[in-house]
Amino acid sequence: MYFHSVTLDESKCKGCTVCIKGCPTEAIRVQEGCAHIIPERCIDCGECIRTCPHGAKMAISDPFTMLEDYDYTVAIPAPTLYGQFKDTISCNRILTGLKSLGFDDVYEVAVAAEIITEKTNAMLADKKPGFPLISSSCPVVVRLIQSRFPSLLDQLAPVISPMELSARIVKEREKDRPGKIGVFFISPCAAKVTAVKTPRGFEKSAVDGVFGIKDIYKSLSKAVNEVEKEEPLSKASYVGISWARTDGEGSAVYSENHISVDGINHVIDILENIENGHIQDVDFVELMSCPAGCVGGPMTVENPYIAKTRIYNRESRNREKGGEVRNPVSLKEKVSFEWDYKLESSSIYQLDPDYQKAMQMMEEMEKIQEGLPGLDCGSCGAPSCRALAEDIVRGNASETDCVFKLREKIRELTHEMIELENYMPPGLYKKP
Amino acid sequence: MIFEYQVSGEDYSLAGRASSSIKKKLKQLGLPSDVIKRTAISMYEAEINMVIHADGGNIRVELSSDAINIVLMDKGPGIPDLELAMQEGYSTASEAARELGFGAGLGLVNIKKNSDHMNIHTVVGEGTTVSIILNLAVEGTL
Repeated sequence: MYFHSVTLDESKCKGCTVCIKGCPTEAIRVQEGCAHIIPERCIDCGECIRTCPHGAKMAISDPFTMLEDYDYTVAIPAPTLYGQFKDTISCNRILTGLKSLGFDDVYEVAVAAEIITEKTNAMLADKKPGFPLISSSCPVVVRLIQSRFPSLLDQLAPVISPMELSARIVKEREKDRPGKIGVFFISPCAAKVTAVKTPRGFEKSAVDGVFGIKDIYKSLSKAVNEVEKEEPLSKASYVGISWARTDGEGSAVYSENHISVDGINHVIDILENIENGHIQDVDFVELMSCPAGCVGGPMTVENPYIAKTRIYNRESRNREKGGEVRNPVSLKEKVSFEWDYKLESSSIYQLDPDYQKAMQMMEEMEKIQEGLPGLDCGSCGAPSCRALAEDIVRGNASETDCVFKLREKIRELTHEMIELENYMPPGLYKKP
Repeated sequence: MIFEYQVSGEDYSLAGRASSSIKKKLKQLGLPSDVIKRTAISMYEAEINMVIHADGGNIRVELSSDAINIVLMDKGPGIPDLELAMQEGYSTASEAARELGFGAGLGLVNIKKNSDHMNIHTVVGEGTTVSIILNLAVEGTL
């Protein structure tokens, strides 16, 4: 039922508690010497991959051998791929190298991003004032809003992602081709792997497989080096390329009052503020879970900030050359953009579906929490004392999981033993 | 169930903590997201008002089976002309507060708009008590 790209390699996990602290949805617990990811809570942001000192967290994608199952294969690379190579290496060269790995064609997701920008502009034109439109392009953000900020679901742009649109365009374009057509996303992002297996807003993804950039990078960089003749595969303009970094999508829309936020904790902070009604003069909110945007994705190889500068450089070169948005209008009309259904709250934080029962549990939780030391040390395997109290009420932990509580109990027991030591059964007691 | 909070009037960066904490609890209780949002907006506005105008104060939130009852008490300067203060766009917030994006003069209007009942008791020189009630009596959800 739940699939997650972000997973744990148990053999590498030391059972330390570094990851539980950084998890923005409190989805990790350490039990029996090993971390466990709670599948209902995980949003595939990859923070634990960044923080685990032992490399025990990882993002899995599909095996490259999958290509063999298809008769005609098309790679759809994220614009982030361009940031993984020095900006002196042309986009055409990178795409030619990518194609030579075994694909029949390449279609840039950046082109689809340009189409989504157009769609966003149309949505902004007839938006209710006072309610900023929130971008739905980051799959982590979509899941975060569903689970932690369901009251903002109405403000989420109800459109498919550039990746999904690319795949639909390719499938539409190749629909008369005989044989099995396979579309493969070249991904910087773990959550995209999850989004393909369990999409939000529609039933089935048009993407057939996802390959992490890090997983193909070795063979790709070799192939890029060996390109003899560059093919004119790159069609995207600076607008689409800019989506790889923070504020690319944001500055591409027609809005003077947009904000662009990156990093999962900053994203959470801004969502709190939107929910409180504190953000009023903003039309559009771009939210990126990863630092610096998609270039900071857990399946990239280059440092996010270096990659970001490379993206900037490619953009300005494209702009100087008079790069412009050239959308395949004919295809646009045949492919649907919008979600098929409205997203619903996944309310994973609810203590119980029955309000009265939930109230009782909360009262108990408050009581337990008062007795805990409040140091949020993590030794119990839960990220905070409050989280432990919640786990106890839910029946997933016990108070003695807390080392301080355990120590207290031992002391009480010891005192009792010492006291008992003073007593002798009357038959054994001898007068001195 | 009762929750109490002390709000400091010194630190703008901490303003909103109490509202966030309540919001989290309401989510755990599984209340409808519309109720959560309206509570968050009205309590946040009132909490911010406390920080901007009154050097902080106390907040008491009572959750019962049919309502959320929020009482915010401060010992600030009081509101001299309540009718004027209730007008959209009217604000006496300091320049420093405005620079941080507060004090647009929408506070009280917003609270009234988002809550089911609002009552303000204010005495100049003594302080202000704002009571906010949100009804939970929604069929089927409780």
